[in-house]
Amino acid sequence: MFVQQLVNGIILGSIYSLIALGYTMVYGIIMLINFAHGEIYMFGAFAGMILVVFYDVPFFLAFLLAMAFAGLVGLTLEYLAYRPLRRSTRLAALISAIGASIFLQNLALLIMGARPYTFPSPFTPRVYQSTLLTISKLEIIILAISFLLMIGLTFFIQKTKIGKAMRAAAQDIDTASLMGVNVNQIISITFLIGSALGAAAGVMVGIYFRTVTPTMGLMPGLKGFVAAVLGGIGRIPGAMLGGLLLGIAEVMAAAYISSQYRDAAAFAILILVLLFKPAGLVGSAIQEKV
Amino acid sequence: MLTVEGISTYYGNIQALKEINLKVEEGEIVTLIGSNGAGKTTTLLTISGLLKPARGRVTFCSRDITGVPPHNIVKMGISHVPEGRRIFPQMTLMENLEMGAFSRTDKREIKNDLEKVFHIFPQLKGREKQLAGTLSGGEQQMLAMGRALMSRPRLLLLDEPSMGLAPMIVKEIFQIIEEINSQGTTILLVEQNAQMALKTAQKGYVLETGRIVMQDNASSLLENDDVRKSYLGE
Ligand SMILES: Nc1ncnc2c1ncn2[C@@H]1O[C@H](COP(=O)(O)OP(=O)(O)OP(=O)(O)O)[C@@H](O)[C@H]1O
Ligand SMILES: [Mg+2]
Repeated sequence: MFVQQLVNGIILGSIYSLIALGYTMVYGIIMLINFAHGEIYMFGAFAGMILVVFYDVPFFLAFLLAMAFAGLVGLTLEYLAYRPLRRSTRLAALISAIGASIFLQNLALLIMGARPYTFPSPFTPRVYQSTLLTISKLEIIILAISFLLMIGLTFFIQKTKIGKAMRAAAQDIDTASLMGVNVNQIISITFLIGSALGAAAGVMVGIYFRTVTPTMGLMPGLKGFVAAVLGGIGRIPGAMLGGLLLGIAEVMAAAYISSQYRDAAAFAILILVLLFKPAGLVGSAIQEKV
Repeated sequence: MLTVEGISTYYGNIQALKEINLKVEEGEIVTLIGSNGAGKTTTLLTISGLLKPARGRVTFCSRDITGVPPHNIVKMGISHVPEGRRIFPQMTLMENLEMGAFSRTDKREIKNDLEKVFHIFPQLKGREKQLAGTLSGGEQQMLAMGRALMSRPRLLLLDEPSMGLAPMIVKEIFQIIEEINSQGTTILLVEQNAQMALKTAQKGYVLETGRIVMQDNASSLLENDDVRKSYLGE
């Protein structure tokens, strides 16, 4: 029972991690909570569903195209809604983010209507069973994709020139520009990657529950945000860890307390973190010496 | 090499620079001295493109660079060591140096320059994997200067390299500044330690509340009564 719940928690959590990464990467570099991130996730899910259902595109290709599409939406969002406010107050940018979220959700409603769409799973419904654990092929694939994406991102951020520039800009944006980093470009790339990861999560949730709707981004968007705060917003490993912990906590709360406490668990965690460890679990250990 | 003509820079409504003129010739060390809030940092930020002047012009090697974004100014050959060092604390020492070479693609030459930086700053050697935020203040200053050298600048802007450092280290830093200059890099040095700065530089400018109030050979400024009274504590 416990192992089963743990694995369920990790599956759910890996989705939260992917979403949390988008929040944390953007916050790390421009100190903005991109409240439209849940809608990007929803756009990604819709793009994947439309490609697969209406255009018969093979699933993995549709998956990549959905990530690319959402990446472009994220990049455009930054350009239109956030860049003009770069030098304004943080409140102005936050209001713009909330506005963008409402706009994107209504745009989806306008184009697709309010009804839910079916997103059939492309995988044969196989289930692997042992005494400790039952897991479906789909769940294994979701886990594998999520972890591959996170490993890929970690490699990119740690080892590539652009990745290092992203880290430098997150630590000190002006000094990064003195090194020759075009910070506007770096911000665009950050939105592109964060949005693509959100779309990956959206598509996977879409096939998992076999449904996509224009409002599907709301709850996972909030949960991803909670996960990012839990891990320490702005910290990439924190978002990964925070997502996993949140997923596990949620599943455990549902299993051992009551399934009605599932969402409450997430927000209780948010409140506790903000009260007792506002810097998050992976808080900043190293301060700049002056 | 560098000509600053009549620049006025504002922070919102506050005018921090009032028609500053200054000139740096190739091969020189020029110092800009002045008390707190005089506008020294603002001058350097305007030259390196982080601030845009409302009026005036900055010319570097006969090119007008006014309003050019900072990441392009580095590529033209101006490297800026900002006030307070501003190393990337959560990156390793090596990654900081790599960031200094961000605008370059000549891998082999970058490697050579790394060797040179470690030669100038032997204290940094062997600590390539250490997080920069854990270095001492003096080491961080050396790293910030080494990082700036990694872009192979023709002109190096230094903003208070001696700030907060022990006298021994200050002496060492000034020796290194002379060494860097003798290897062909022109230097514009902002300092509150006017004594050391004027001894090291050939030319000096004195800035007071956003205006240049004096300019002369560094040795003459060292002898000047007003300078001695106001900036050398005599
Ligand atoms: N970000 C800012 N916003 C508003 N005013 C500023 C800002 N930065 C500097 N100033 C003001 O501009 C003036 C010049 O500041 P600047 O930092 O250039 O002085 P400085 O000569 O470098 O001083 P210090 O020796 O203390 O570093 C000061 O009056 C300062 O208060
Ligand atoms: Mg200053």
